[in-house]
Amino acid sequence: MRIRVGHLYPDYLNIYADRGNIAVLSRRAALRGHELEVSAIGHGQPLDPGAFDLLYVGGGQDREQALIAPDLVTKGNAIREAQERGVAMLAVCGGYQLLGRGYRAGDGSVLPGAGLFAHETVAGETRMIGDVLLECELDPGEKRLLAGFENHAGRTLLDPGATALGRVVHGFGNDGKSGLEGCRLGSAVGTYLHGPLLPRNPWLADWLLSRALAHATGGAPPVLAELPDTLETEAFRVSAERARRRGGRR
Amino acid sequence: MSIRLELETVAARAAGALSRAVGRGGGTTLPGKLLWKVDPAAVDALSSRLGAGVALVSATNGKTTTTSMVAEILGARHELAWNRAGANLMSGVASALVAARRGADFGLFEVDEGALPEALERTRPSAVLLGNLFRDQLDRYGELEIVAERWRAATARLPESTTLVVNADDPVVADLASGRSRVLRFGLDDPRYARSGLQHAADSKYCVRCGTPYAFAAAYVGHLGDYTCPSCGHARPPLDVAARDVELQGLVSSRFRISAPQGELEVRLALPGLYNVYNAVAAASLSLAVGASLEDVRAGLERFNAAFGRFERIATDGKSVVLLLVKNPAGANEVVRTLETGVPPVLVIALNDAIADGQDVSWIWDVDFEPLLDRVGHVLATGRRAAELGLRLVYGGLPQDRLEVVPSLEEALDRGLGLVDAGVELVVLPTYTAMLELRAILAERGAVRPYWEEARR
Repeated sequence: MRIRVGHLYPDYLNIYADRGNIAVLSRRAALRGHELEVSAIGHGQPLDPGAFDLLYVGGGQDREQALIAPDLVTKGNAIREAQERGVAMLAVCGGYQLLGRGYRAGDGSVLPGAGLFAHETVAGETRMIGDVLLECELDPGEKRLLAGFENHAGRTLLDPGATALGRVVHGFGNDGKSGLEGCRLGSAVGTYLHGPLLPRNPWLADWLLSRALAHATGGAPPVLAELPDTLETEAFRVSAERARRRGGRR
Repeated sequence: MSIRLELETVAARAAGALSRAVGRGGGTTLPGKLLWKVDPAAVDALSSRLGAGVALVSATNGKTTTTSMVAEILGARHELAWNRAGANLMSGVASALVAARRGADFGLFEVDEGALPEALERTRPSAVLLGNLFRDQLDRYGELEIVAERWRAATARLPESTTLVVNADDPVVADLASGRSRVLRFGLDDPRYARSGLQHAADSKYCVRCGTPYAFAAAYVGHLGDYTCPSCGHARPPLDVAARDVELQGLVSSRFRISAPQGELEVRLALPGLYNVYNAVAAASLSLAVGASLEDVRAGLERFNAAFGRFERIATDGKSVVLLLVKNPAGANEVVRTLETGVPPVLVIALNDAIADGQDVSWIWDVDFEPLLDRVGHVLATGRRAAELGLRLVYGGLPQDRLEVVPSLEEALDRGLGLVDAGVELVVLPTYTAMLELRAILAERGAVRPYWEEARR
């Protein structure tokens, strides 16, 4: 099966090794006999909401984010329509912030976002930097852990009724207070966790692939064949241990 | 010297000796840490005693190597106060001032990017070398633009009498000198060594004036190169000091010609890699700016062989280990490019995640390891984040049967030495603390002196 991936602004949003996430999706799809076809969607290029099974938005430095934010707003309708159709999405760090309603800077100015996730981000005085461990329950009854690294000045405040990606076990999370991290809307996931996220958390990579395959086939999310994941498990273990020891401390 | 300052420096020196005596490492920063804590203004006073002036060096990559080259050049005519061991925070500068010999007349300090504003204010340098800004350990330094903004504010406060020596090939750095009168701009001018395109992790690729992507006539190292903005015309300024006719000789050395206002110079450098050509032309520019002659520059560069751990050959048990420090994507990409001309049969890559390495290891995914992966015989991934590194390499296309994940540095070193044939060098790419640990292991075996002894040579 061909899985069509739209990678938004890879030239601008690539600060925390976002290509690692794409590499993981690609290889894990290939090991199951599927082919990931990744297309870059650049500044000024139109986004066809029906053209992709998975959309990816990475993180950027402030300057790069400000350069693409106005363009992302014009793609807001297409992104929301794609999400409603069940397209899988992963947005990391800056991409996660920009898929919300907007980012309010220290001087009160607002950088509007794409309006997919029901959240707003407010600039904070300090950066929240460190290892993170989350507990997630994307499918009822299936609790899984996610280990990553966060580095953000923005405090992301979820609207009442919005669903977080997970509960913070160690680290800061969305705002350093609520104990929540990320946002989840159907098959769309937004998070501050990079590192990159997917190599050491292969279960989330597979969850996204399964959702993308469901979109591609029009059927239910398939169960993917198990992979040995020896190195992945070890990388997760060390990263989770780091979060236990030094997450949320700065 | 005031009595208070005298007492403080004596007490601080004693603390450094004590630190070494009780085996707590080099004690290279302890004296300065004390002095810096007790009386920060002592740095101002000690700096002002250096009759021939002070020069500072800052950059994301190449600080230690460039500063060591300048020391080799200026050492012929000056007694230096110099933070040789690379302790480059204010406490390290203070330590170097404390440890300087009585007759020291010139201060030469490499300075951490974050510490530069304070160092400029306190040491009041006659010349400042600003080398480059790359994305680097974002958990520690923050985004490139934040560092750039601090540099802008700090350089704007410098008196007109200070000479700025800037890398014209880095748009953000070059822009710091625009409008100033005493400026020396250096760069590389040899399109044969341009990369075919910008690399994945290239940083300042959007015009500093208007935000449009630059057109690069040549990109040499990361985003460093010959750039022009197609929209507003902002472009690389003319070079005052240029490296031309570069010949890279594998993992061994390089040759090039330096053109400067004072004349031309053929240089043979006992260091590999285009990034070291950058370091050399930067060192030459700063040295010329503070009065060195072309002959001083040539002799100094040709005498120079590597700052510790940056590129070091260490003999052990009849075999040889080459350490090439890697610490961020731009630097690691250049090390990879240097290895591409002769891919080693066995490669050890050591990834630690202490504060000095960057606790966030995501940068390894921004490094283009790929050109090595289909040709290297065997890779040992080691260090505290060995598994993470192993994943990076496997997802980058390294067949798993050519990868071994060995977290213990000592075991990985021995395994590597066991795998290379006699007469073949074992190439090791360590992050900063992994480099220190590996040197310590080799020192214990008598293969290398501890760095603080080297620093007092």
